Amino acid sequence: MKMLPLRAAIAAALLSVAVGVSAKPLVVCTEASPEGFDMVQYTTAVTADAVAETIFNRLADFKPGTTEVIPALAESWDISDDGLTYTFHLRKGVKFHTTDYFKPTRDMNADDVVWSFQRQLDPKHPWHKLSSVGFPYFESMGFKELLKSVEKVDDNTVKFTLTRREAPFLADIAMAFSSIYSAEYADQLLKANKAGDLNNKPIGTGPFVFQRYAKDAQVRFKANPDYFRGKPPADSLILAIATDNNVRLQKLKANECQIALYPKPDDIPSIKKDTNLKVDELNAMTVSYIAMNTSHKYMSDVRVRKAIDIAFDKAAYVNALFGKGNATVAVNPYPDTLLGYNHKLTNPPRDLDKARALLKEAGVPEGTTFTLFTRNGGGPTNPNPMLGAQMMQADLAKVGIKVDIRVMEWGEMLKRAKNGEHDMVSAGWAGDNGDPDNFLTPMLSCEAAKNGENYARWCNEKFQALIDEARAKVNPDERTALYEQAQAIFNQDQPWISMAHTRMFTAMRTNVEGYHISPLTTNNFATTQVK
Amino acid sequence: MFSFIARRLGLLIPTFFGITLLTFALIRMIPGDPVEVMMGERRVDPEMHAQAMERLGLNKPLYAQYLDYIGKLAHGDLGESLRTRESVWTEFSSLFPATLELSMAALLFAGILGLLAGVIAALKRGSLFDHGVMGISLAGYSMPIFWWGLILIMFFSVSLGWTPVSGRIDLLYDIEPRTGFMLIDTLLADDVGAFFDALHHLILPAIVLGTIPLAVIARMTRSSMLEVLREDYIRTARAKGLSPSRVVFVHGLRNALIPVLTVVGLQVGTLLAGAVLTETIFSWPGIGKWLIEAIGARDYPVVQNGILLIACLVILVNFVVDILYGFANPRIRHQR
Repeated sequence: MKMLPLRAAIAAALLSVAVGVSAKPLVVCTEASPEGFDMVQYTTAVTADAVAETIFNRLADFKPGTTEVIPALAESWDISDDGLTYTFHLRKGVKFHTTDYFKPTRDMNADDVVWSFQRQLDPKHPWHKLSSVGFPYFESMGFKELLKSVEKVDDNTVKFTLTRREAPFLADIAMAFSSIYSAEYADQLLKANKAGDLNNKPIGTGPFVFQRYAKDAQVRFKANPDYFRGKPPADSLILAIATDNNVRLQKLKANECQIALYPKPDDIPSIKKDTNLKVDELNAMTVSYIAMNTSHKYMSDVRVRKAIDIAFDKAAYVNALFGKGNATVAVNPYPDTLLGYNHKLTNPPRDLDKARALLKEAGVPEGTTFTLFTRNGGGPTNPNPMLGAQMMQADLAKVGIKVDIRVMEWGEMLKRAKNGEHDMVSAGWAGDNGDPDNFLTPMLSCEAAKNGENYARWCNEKFQALIDEARAKVNPDERTALYEQAQAIFNQDQPWISMAHTRMFTAMRTNVEGYHISPLTTNNFATTQVK
Repeated sequence: MFSFIARRLGLLIPTFFGITLLTFALIRMIPGDPVEVMMGERRVDPEMHAQAMERLGLNKPLYAQYLDYIGKLAHGDLGESLRTRESVWTEFSSLFPATLELSMAALLFAGILGLLAGVIAALKRGSLFDHGVMGISLAGYSMPIFWWGLILIMFFSVSLGWTPVSGRIDLLYDIEPRTGFMLIDTLLADDVGAFFDALHHLILPAIVLGTIPLAVIARMTRSSMLEVLREDYIRTARAKGLSPSRVVFVHGLRNALIPVLTVVGLQVGTLLAGAVLTETIFSWPGIGKWLIEAIGARDYPVVQNGILLIACLVILVNFVVDILYGFANPRIRHQR
């Protein structure tokens, strides 16, 4: 047992000042407990922060604060001309964590990479069936169909063969579900009949070594002295779990934590005024939208959808729901931080007369009622669902449309929207990997229209062909041109009212250095320290 | 007394089955299933959904699922969380001590202060003190807990810096959880500084959680005392020349305690299961927050067995209270 009494801590702090080294723990207030530590079984951002970003690495990483893919455990890679084979050259000398429950006997190599992917891909793999719900992220990203094989070429080379060309593949490889595990550790656990420990006592190559987890209270890590990018400047990292954002802010003010994740947008102005605090902010990879069910009567007519779009005061909506400066009015289905955003497109001005005329032309009788599904509790892409729905109701009343607001619990709303029971549904999306395809295919493809996740049930063959082609191309300029055209079709056909792209914030003490807010909504503290 | 206890015990069995059936049915009546909730807005193809449901045993008919559940319970198997893949018992036993520690502190605060205030208010009926106590307790009873907690944090923790904002202990202390009770673990670690730090962390949450029980206990004690003080035997005791403190505390309070005990017993249930808001405000890692999150995630085993465990505890507490009635008032144990 390790104890660190207050006096000893103060002495250690003083000593560290004397020798100029930061020995203070970095305490980060976060909103929830990780679901577990076997990363590939889970999907949430808090788990990715506490596990993938601290304990593990992947073949590639996102450059801090950007969506640019950079080498990590792989030093470099080659892509075959047909775009179907990716050969990764692994970094040598990367060490897995040494702890009291595991002492690695070898460096990270191709066996570890093959193990990490085969486990999720191959139903016969001994570790495959040990996950009770499968590998949700791997499966939802379509990796089961995408990966033909993952083979070891030699100790330091791994070859991935794909079934189709897939431009976002490198970005996918940098995501949490592609974390590289120690095959040696897994073998030891299986032999000792302790497979469950993979979820409780994780071993990775990442910047921090897992120490202790107290559910709903804290996760403790110490810096990895052998980290391949150099030992992190913070000697220890503590993720303190505080569910409520007001409490996280109070803890930050009292210096009980040095970084508070996910502050309330309303609190940002006051945090900026506080001389002890500062804010890091960025346009998030999110979109809030209202999908109009194009399979329903009237809604199938593009004139009706256009009329609803120009009758609705989007700017007022964004200001009321998010607060001035906390979100931008959306034009396209994804934000401008992503490749291929079409800057030429703009929102048409609000025009009630034109909206009335369009509705009349489409034969929509005065007083027609449309249902609007919305969730009961607020989330990042829709902080106040009821207010938003009421604003829409008031605006559409001005053009003779009645809106029947149906407030329901999140799970129920998703289910009913997937069944297509709605005329309109208020929804949102947060991107995973910084690729436009991650927005367009899940929400607007024809396949998604069939399975219901394309809530607009909109299937446009031209649009589909463009996004399919863009997904198969590797050259960013070619992809940009295709995505620009796709967005033009989207705007012309208006399956959604694109509402907002949120800004994201992290609040911290002014003496925190080296933290980069990420558009991918993950948080990495490998370069962060308290001065 | 034995038959009294046996009758009370006999009632526990149908209650137990009633709870299993209710929690099993209610959580399944909420729309959405665990796989859907886990995937959120992400793509779940029907095949993958079906596979996941099969792996979780949720594709079977409801009666078969219920029988499975009861069968496992009979073997003492509480199952594992669908969300964290951790055994329900492990999660419960790691979180419950935190809730119990907080609840006991809150009950101690509410019990001592509530009884004292109630007795004094009854003795000084109609005085300024009486009106003051009753007014404050009414305010306490109607206090929105979330607001009250945040106000106390802003004033005592942030402005004055007297108490910590949240958590069970300063993060500088790395105390190994042996019993899960922070006060005991710090003492086992032989760290007096940590013990006082943990005690310090307990003050505000205990006050916030204890506010409503305090109000209830104070009001109940007052009214019960007033009733008892009017009884003939109190007049007789006074006439016999007993000292005022003996009359009030031995003859008065003991008899006035029965309804108060009932309330305290009921409050224990409220404290154990209802500490969600306090746990959220003070980042207290307890079972209230755990259950709420489990309901949101449709984590069937956690909801079913978590509620069952709490219900068993509440039943146990009320059982003990029933027995205590018997001691406080022998007439009760002789009733058939």
